[in-house]
Amino acid sequence: MIRRLFPHPVLSATLGVVWMLLVNQFTFGALFLAVVFGLLVPLVTSRFWPDRPTLRFGPAMLGYLAIVLFDIIVANFQVAWLIVTRRNRDLRSQWLVIPLDLRSPEAITALAGTISLTPGTVSSDISSCGRALLVHAIDVADPEAEIARIKQRYEARLMKVFA
Amino acid sequence: MTLVAELLISFLLVVGGIFILVGSWGLAKLPSLMTRLHGPTKATTLGVGSCLIASMIYFPVFGGTYSAHELLITLFLFLTAPVSANMIAKAHIHRQGRGIDPNPSDNISDGLPSPPGTSDWATFAGAGKTVAAEQDETGGARSADEVGGE
Repeated sequence: MIRRLFPHPVLSATLGVVWMLLVNQFTFGALFLAVVFGLLVPLVTSRFWPDRPTLRFGPAMLGYLAIVLFDIIVANFQVAWLIVTRRNRDLRSQWLVIPLDLRSPEAITALAGTISLTPGTVSSDISSCGRALLVHAIDVADPEAEIARIKQRYEARLMKVFA
Repeated sequence: MTLVAELLISFLLVVGGIFILVGSWGLAKLPSLMTRLHGPTKATTLGVGSCLIASMIYFPVFGGTYSAHELLITLFLFLTAPVSANMIAKAHIHRQGRGIDPNPSDNISDGLPSPPGTSDWATFAGAGKTVAAEQDETGGARSADEVGGE
């Protein structure tokens, strides 16, 4: 019963919080609307989320977010340094194919987004069977090592976040 | 207190400005579309980020109000930057693969690395052909008019 009323509790909470932040003022009218949106939108859209994986909140997720945030900051310095100091013809840019162990679309989306935001890599496509990501790297000396780094640094951690 | 805040805000604004400048310089300087994509998805994230943090410090200290919109801007930026980069990359792969783009770059026309197994990249799934297969069929590059006329 509760499952049917709240098909997607995480989405409900996110919607409510985002709505309150958008309004940017604490009023009870806004809170009421936030609750209404949080309840109605997941109910209406529940059919768009078949077989969604459960998110595990806890140290694994916090650790993942911390590492991604840290890497984004490092990535900014690295790419800025590359742009300023490296001559174009010395850039070792190339395509990487990352085999995926993750299976759920939500987890793969999270991984692709992370890859795009972190050091020198942009995810460009996924294979039609969903088992490999096409990633472009701006400057990589050893493709194998880079693929292994992405797999164990992000994918292994995401496996623990998405149960 | 206000002096500390002022120092912090100006530091953040200068750092943010430098990163945005470097990102834009990369956009002008880098050799191909795929390498240029790295500029806006990364170097500018920190640039915009530090401007937003500066704004989050400024309003409580000097404006007397709290604002949460900066957090939302960060959230939406992180959500949209990878998606738009992904769409631009896909459009680029198609343009390069079909020879519409007059400047070959990123080794796409030589063939992308193929995924393990028998399947192809999802962006070709509708066409059912790889870049290489398409080129074999048409004998290399096709002109833009031919493709547009299909």
